[in-house]
Amino acid sequence: MVAETGHFALILALLVAAVQAVVPLVGAQRNDAALMAVAKPAALLQFLLAAAAFFALMYCYVTSDFSVLNVAQNRYSDKPLFYKITGVWGDHEGSMLLWELILTGYAAAVALSGGKLPRGLRTRALAVQSMVSFGFLLFILLTSNPFLRLDPAPLNGQGLNPLLEDPGLAFHPPILYLGYVGFSMAFSFAIAALIEGKVDAAWAHWIRPWSLGAWCFLTLGITGGSWWAYYTLGWGGWWYWDPTENASFMPWLAGTALLHALTVVEKRGTMKAWTVLLAIITFSLSLLGTFLVRSGVLTSVHSFATDPQRGIYILALLGVVIGSSLALFGLRAPSLKSGALFAPVSREGGLLFGNVFLSAALGTVFLGTLYPLFADALGLGKVSVGPPFFNATFVPIIIPACIAMPIGALLAWKRGSLKIALKRLMPAFFIAAALAGGIALMMAGHGRFIAAAAAAALAAWILAGMLAGVAQQIHLFDAPFKTSLQRLFKLPRAFHGMTVAHIGMACVILGIAGSALGRTQSIQIMHTGESVQVSGFSLTLKKVRDDIKGPGYTFSRGTFDVTSGGRPVAVMQPEKRHFAVPPEDTTHAAIRTTLLGDLYVVLDGRDEKGGYITRIYYDPFVVWIFLGGGMFAAGGLLALTDRRHRIAAPERKAS
Amino acid sequence: MKRFLPLIIFLALAGIFYWRIVLIDRGDMPSDIPSVMIGKPAPVFDLPNLDKGRKPFTAADLKGRVTLLGFFASWCVDCGIEHPYLSLLKGHGAALVGVDYEDKSAAARAWLEKHGNPYDAVVTDARGRTGIDFGLYGVPETYIIDRQGIIRYKQTGPMTPDVIRKTILPLVARLEK
Repeated sequence: MVAETGHFALILALLVAAVQAVVPLVGAQRNDAALMAVAKPAALLQFLLAAAAFFALMYCYVTSDFSVLNVAQNRYSDKPLFYKITGVWGDHEGSMLLWELILTGYAAAVALSGGKLPRGLRTRALAVQSMVSFGFLLFILLTSNPFLRLDPAPLNGQGLNPLLEDPGLAFHPPILYLGYVGFSMAFSFAIAALIEGKVDAAWAHWIRPWSLGAWCFLTLGITGGSWWAYYTLGWGGWWYWDPTENASFMPWLAGTALLHALTVVEKRGTMKAWTVLLAIITFSLSLLGTFLVRSGVLTSVHSFATDPQRGIYILALLGVVIGSSLALFGLRAPSLKSGALFAPVSREGGLLFGNVFLSAALGTVFLGTLYPLFADALGLGKVSVGPPFFNATFVPIIIPACIAMPIGALLAWKRGSLKIALKRLMPAFFIAAALAGGIALMMAGHGRFIAAAAAAALAAWILAGMLAGVAQQIHLFDAPFKTSLQRLFKLPRAFHGMTVAHIGMACVILGIAGSALGRTQSIQIMHTGESVQVSGFSLTLKKVRDDIKGPGYTFSRGTFDVTSGGRPVAVMQPEKRHFAVPPEDTTHAAIRTTLLGDLYVVLDGRDEKGGYITRIYYDPFVVWIFLGGGMFAAGGLLALTDRRHRIAAPERKAS
Repeated sequence: MKRFLPLIIFLALAGIFYWRIVLIDRGDMPSDIPSVMIGKPAPVFDLPNLDKGRKPFTAADLKGRVTLLGFFASWCVDCGIEHPYLSLLKGHGAALVGVDYEDKSAAARAWLEKHGNPYDAVVTDARGRTGIDFGLYGVPETYIIDRQGIIRYKQTGPMTPDVIRKTILPLVARLEK
């Protein structure tokens, strides 16, 4: 009964979506207030219906209603309640419903957000958002209905992949989707502006918080996913350049470029066409990611059950949504003239520079991800593109952007002075150079000491350079210290957010360089009582207990005594877990995290003579990658709370 | 024209996507990597039978009958996915021979006891030498070998009912002629 209610709610939502997509748009074109007024209640109603469907599915999961096909495929009755709930979005059907819930949720939020947003823009944006929602609802109902019944009902379900049974991963899809889908709002605003034929500072002002919010969630989602891979997959790797990862990374790169471009539109009224195109591309890449992951056109380690029929439908949806937006863009682009002059050495010049490099980096990820498909289409055979390609192309492209980062932040709008900016950056330059020199001397002869020195210098350059930007803003050393301190607190939160996020980049560089250049590993068969030395740590395998009962699995647990310089530092207990339903083994690494580096111990099963295969890694600074990702998001959230997002935009000029 | 460039690029891309999906629908998955062994004689091997009472199985035993040689192991998770479908292969004339790969015989026996034994014969490749000779990628992996002992097809990963019906049984029927 509940399943039928959910199904019915979805059908109603589809009807509401059709109304919301058409009526307000007609109203906006005719300037008919009554028709335009439909948008708000329709958006709210559509959200409530999507929520009703979502909770109906959750109810089926929690009550283990195995007559619902989707529940039977993914649930197993003795899972803890928490995983019964999170299991809802553990597979294709449920996750599409979550996607739809978030899509309508954003529309409802726009409908409710204050009255300051110009009515025409809001109405059109809600109509566009509803068109996308209509497409997704139709997709769910036609090809991915989670409420299909199973007759006769089985006694028990097949169970979720145990790898996914992890509290971190349980929240990974919702956060990631809040990011992916959040960019639909920027997209809808962009299309609304194209329909209106008007892109101005006010438009950039309104679209900014939605883009920023989506970007924060996407950042958290990617960072969280990377962290999850790091601590569960048992290889100590945190990024594999897998198509699924790239599918989330591409919208992130485009979204990052979008945030920078929006600043230029808002402050200088230029780069309009490019910014609108970026808003379209960012959401298109989110859709493309969904398509790539679920259609099976690319091989990935994490794949949803792929189904060509679904693939065809998503492709059709992609064709309609992206194709029509880009066509509209082509038609309207000439009307988006940029008024202001554009000097290369200026803040906007710096932001453009960043945009160019971010786009180029995006291009390499895009090419690398889709190359197997292109090669196959051109008859070059089936190939796979691995991390070496991405590392060799992405890294050199992103480095210039990192070097330019503090310089651009120090340039003034309209006409900046490179001389003044570089003078301010002298201390940062000397700190970076001294650090590089020091590291090069200390590590000379070690394998990749030049790369290590360069990476450290780059991280230091960004950190010190961004702080130099703060110093400039608060007139440090030019004004009395007390005045500077007062100015520091008076600076807009957007500025602090910008600084924090960019310093996050310094942290990420430190972490990547540390783990990529400084990793040591030791793989061996150990018997109890034996010791291994790794990076100054001595690890002794004290004992291993087998066949311990856990919730839903049995496991073996090894106990290692870890000492450093003769002093005990930790007792580490990695586990190897065996799940019965579905049959699968997972490793549960023991990780000792410090800011200087992680010690990572894996117990990997047993050989025939009673020895245990153990893998031990030491990754210097690796935790800084995740801290840096967190700083990106924290900086974004800080900027989101800036008071300029709460006040009205500059007046829209009559065009 | 320049302003329509994004649209043109997108349409080209969508065309390639469409082409790829149609291929998937026909059963050509992007993950299928053609084996270099196809069309070549099966490597020489001589493997002991898991059932100690029965005689070993050698490459010579392949002659005269179409054989499905399936590598599996008791430790392999995907083999459990494939296992229930193996019975679909029976009664079509081909011999179904299981190769227990890098496994302990006791574990393999217990596993077959638990999940059922659909094989005509099960032999053991405890050290994985024969797997290497065949160019094994991972388990499960199944080779279709014709009456002359030539490898005609290789299935990487589990055989699903779809693969069995659409690809494997038709090929077996052709080779039987």
